[in-house]
Amino acid sequence: MALQIKGVTKKFGEFTAVNNLNFTIPEKEMFGFLGGNGAGKTTTFRMILGLLDPTEGEIVWNGNKIDYASSSLIGYLPEERGLYPKLKVRDQIVYLARLRGMNKGKALKELEYWLDRFKVPEYIDKRVEELSKGNQQKIQLIASMIHKPELLILDEPFSGLDPVNVEMLKDAVIDLRDSGTTIVFSSHRMEHVEEMCEHLCIMHKGSPVVEGKLKEIKRSFGKKNVSIRADFDLSFLDSYPGVTKVKTTMEGKILQVTGEDVAASIIRDLVPKGFVRKFELEEPSLTDIFIEKVGAAYE
Amino acid sequence: MNKFWIVLSHTYISKLKTKSFIITTVIMMALVLILSNMTNILKAFGSDEQEQVAVIDQTGDHLFDSYKAEVEAVNDEITIIASQDEGNVEKKVTDEEIRGYLLLEKDVNYGLKGTYKANQISDSLISNDLFLALSHLKSKRTASELNLTDQQIVQLNTPPAYETIALAENAKSEEDLNQARGLVYVLLFVIYFGVLMYATMIAMEVATEKTSRVMEILISSVSPITQMFAKILGVALLSLTQMILFFGVGYVSIKRNLTDMNEGFFAIFGFGNTNISTIIYAIIFAMLGYLLYATLAACLGSVVSKIEDVQQMISPMTMLVVIAFLIAMFGLGNPSASYITITSFIPFFSPMIMFLRVGMLNVPFWEIAISIGLLIATIILLGIVGARIYRGGVLMYGSSKSLKSIKSALQLSKKK
Repeated sequence: MALQIKGVTKKFGEFTAVNNLNFTIPEKEMFGFLGGNGAGKTTTFRMILGLLDPTEGEIVWNGNKIDYASSSLIGYLPEERGLYPKLKVRDQIVYLARLRGMNKGKALKELEYWLDRFKVPEYIDKRVEELSKGNQQKIQLIASMIHKPELLILDEPFSGLDPVNVEMLKDAVIDLRDSGTTIVFSSHRMEHVEEMCEHLCIMHKGSPVVEGKLKEIKRSFGKKNVSIRADFDLSFLDSYPGVTKVKTTMEGKILQVTGEDVAASIIRDLVPKGFVRKFELEEPSLTDIFIEKVGAAYE
Repeated sequence: MNKFWIVLSHTYISKLKTKSFIITTVIMMALVLILSNMTNILKAFGSDEQEQVAVIDQTGDHLFDSYKAEVEAVNDEITIIASQDEGNVEKKVTDEEIRGYLLLEKDVNYGLKGTYKANQISDSLISNDLFLALSHLKSKRTASELNLTDQQIVQLNTPPAYETIALAENAKSEEDLNQARGLVYVLLFVIYFGVLMYATMIAMEVATEKTSRVMEILISSVSPITQMFAKILGVALLSLTQMILFFGVGYVSIKRNLTDMNEGFFAIFGFGNTNISTIIYAIIFAMLGYLLYATLAACLGSVVSKIEDVQQMISPMTMLVVIAFLIAMFGLGNPSASYITITSFIPFFSPMIMFLRVGMLNVPFWEIAISIGLLIATIILLGIVGARIYRGGVLMYGSSKSLKSIKSALQLSKKK
């Protein structure tokens, strides 16, 4: 019982937008979908929603193909934000919610709850074109999740928001996940994915380059970061065996090493040379993995 | 089907509430009111003005009084004043104190001779009336010279009986034809404007949803086909509302003026004895024409990505409507021409041209049935293809070159 993407390929004429995509999104979980611009994220989302038909393969949600009969179970926040500019928030949301199978009274009640929660109750009678971009985004997010969908697809939900609003919307999305919604979301912001998602997939030029559980991805990546501060010259570490990357900061160095054994050997060599103020072994960040995988694919 | 109604009622209500809709409706209603009260308005403006015409009688027979009586009998809005001095009168005319003057003389060949002089001779109405009065005067004088009795005069003046009768069974009489022509003319205009206006409205509506990117949410919850047809019917409902308002206002106001309906202005349009079947056919053809063009407009609207491109994109469609209208206008004079018969079966023209034939001639029913059948078949075909273009078109952004976009929209909606 989950969202299964089985060998999906989408071609537009000669151009392959998505190439042999295979993964499963477990139920009631948040799934991160990463990729550079033009990686095929939006096309994948459109195929999940049934707006585009895959050239090959199939996509099933709980064993069924997603079509308009199941649209009350699905929520979608497209990357290109769009609402009726001339319509009042109330009419707009009620209309969109009714199209997702909600009745008018319930939609209004939910709308009031969400506007209160996002601290903008006064917007209910405003036209969308009068709102700031960030506030429009709140309205749009409400539109995509007001009917408590079982599957929610968020394409870049937090882009263009200030940190306070990001936290507010993130909390709302996390609450929704906890209440049982399966959420697929794409982002350029690695820290959001790192913070919220258990599973993820990194796409590059239509093909998945990394896919799986966040912890396992990090473990299997192998490389770790070592951050060092010391009272003596650290330049000998630049050509140390097992060190793959060196970044010199104001206070010391951050090294990328191939494994824990390299870190152990470094600290043995450091101690005789003088006082070491800081020595820390860190898990690689998702940013590191992304840059390495996607960057490597660029070359 | 439930969603169909939600989209339909949303389209209808939200359009109904827009300022532009309310304003155009009010303006059009005022226009209808003015048109339907034209006779009263013309009267209100025309009646207070008496035209003065001077008459210089040089016949020596003292014809002034009898001529004055004749003129007043023809048109009581012309006042005749006597005068002798031509120079003085001419000055009055150039100073626009009086409208003009008539020089009345004897003539060897014609008996009487009148010369009317005025600043402008473009207003032939007064001149015509003066001539008519002069003719009467001359007839009477000649009659009295010949010692004819009144009865003999009447006999002399009665024209022969003359009638035109069409031999073909399905032909309408000349009188019917003239009456039908007025009504068909007006209804053709209504169909033309209606189809053009509401089809453009559809294209704009679709393009607005697309450019404001709300479309992507909409098509993820309602199928594009449902959406397209709900929108087309929503606007159809809107047009019906508007039409009912216009015709309601027109009907009530014409009904109030019923007494002068058969005279002057309205006689031309044959509103006096309106043919009910013509109006029913007008409604049928207007609806079918609208459906055809609205479907086309929805597809065209769905492939543009900027609202500014809508006009350009739908211009081929507009051309089709205009061509159909022009053919229909030419056909008004000769509705049985062969090019009219042929075009009345071509779906993009038939809503106007078959209606023209139905309104003007007695077209056999099977011809109407074939034309309507072809029209409906085209609408269904266009609906099926259109739905696919729409489905792909709404997902497509970028340059909008008509043919290429339509092709790629079809490709985008392909199953495999």
